[in-house]
Amino acid sequence: MKKTIPLIIVIAGGIVWLLWVFIPHRVMADDFYYKFYMPWARAMAPFAIILGVFSLSMMHTAKIRRRAPKWQYSYFFFAGFIATSLAGFIGGTQKGGLYMWMFENMAMPMSATMFSLLAFYMASAAYKAFRARSAEATVLLLAAIVVMLAQVPIGVKISKYLPNISQWILDVPNLAAKRGIMLGVGLGSVATTLKIMLGIERSYLGGD
Amino acid sequence: MSFELFSNLVGAFFTLAIFSFLYKDNPLYQMSEQLLVGISLGYSFVLSYERVFIPFFWQPIVLKHQFILIIPAIIGAFYLFRFSRKLSWLSRYPIAFSMMGTGASVALAMHSSILVQMRQAMVPIENFNLFLIFLGTVTVLLYFFFSKAHTGVYGKFVSIGKWFMMVGFGASFGLTVMARISLLIGRIQFLVNDVFAKIF
Repeated sequence: MKKTIPLIIVIAGGIVWLLWVFIPHRVMADDFYYKFYMPWARAMAPFAIILGVFSLSMMHTAKIRRRAPKWQYSYFFFAGFIATSLAGFIGGTQKGGLYMWMFENMAMPMSATMFSLLAFYMASAAYKAFRARSAEATVLLLAAIVVMLAQVPIGVKISKYLPNISQWILDVPNLAAKRGIMLGVGLGSVATTLKIMLGIERSYLGGD
Repeated sequence: MSFELFSNLVGAFFTLAIFSFLYKDNPLYQMSEQLLVGISLGYSFVLSYERVFIPFFWQPIVLKHQFILIIPAIIGAFYLFRFSRKLSWLSRYPIAFSMMGTGASVALAMHSSILVQMRQAMVPIENFNLFLIFLGTVTVLLYFFFSKAHTGVYGKFVSIGKWFMMVGFGASFGLTVMARISLLIGRIQFLVNDVFAKIF
């Protein structure tokens, strides 16, 4: 009941899904996929979202209650969450309302800046990591410099061939490496999904 | 002060608050970080209510009387037992339902990551670039084949794959840095054109 039935659901359902890929019959394409699985999965989805909200809220509540380090900032989490939710539920999600205003003028600038910060940290991390200590690191560094320079006007001023060299790096050695890695990833994911389907891999069900 | 300028000033305040982390971790950054998490969660919560809960849960059950959907709704509610020590095993049922899709991903991953890639790789070697792509793909694959020791002539052949990967990682790194730089340029343009230019 605790583990066997969920495992049977995964194995039996997995076989049905596998058949769905190979059998384009109405029973599979229409009855199973559109009439059964999609409406059922969508009816379950709101609870997964609620689980996420509960989980994060409980974590911050516990942080405040235990006076954990930087607990004061958890109030800002609740302030942001409650204000945005109220703005959305009461004022609506249309453009011009408080909900979209908060998204456009608070969330968007902050997340864009957060990602742009990575430019500084990637540059300093690259300096530490690359410093051309080995031949392989030198090749990595050179490829990165060529690709970066080819995308800015100064690159063309240094050499008119730079954009072509960059494109060649992307189209030939980069493609070969990515294809090899992609094939490995494909083989790995097929093996993992088969292990899940056959009940060998059960970690997604949790302990006990 | 116009409403547009006020909105831009709010955006500029939070932009500078996040940038302040470049100096060191500080209360302004911590406050903005938690606020961003809260606003993002609130944003997706409302959006999910409007685009998932109402059309796929409320309307089918309450308005269209598709009462059979009460069953998946109850199973979905089992997610919330994740927090119960005694009944957390109930949350395995909705997880198991969503994991059913792995059956399809066996065939789909085989198709997209293996068969399509192999079809693209198996072309007549008509020029030097195609030869390099073939050599690179084979040596990268062999580099991750650990059943045979990477020694001798075989080891030297396999190490070619390492060089191809270094070039590939370098190219990916360069593209990622440039994407972040373009975001940085966007933020600086916002500060200069939309905020400072309108104030001064």
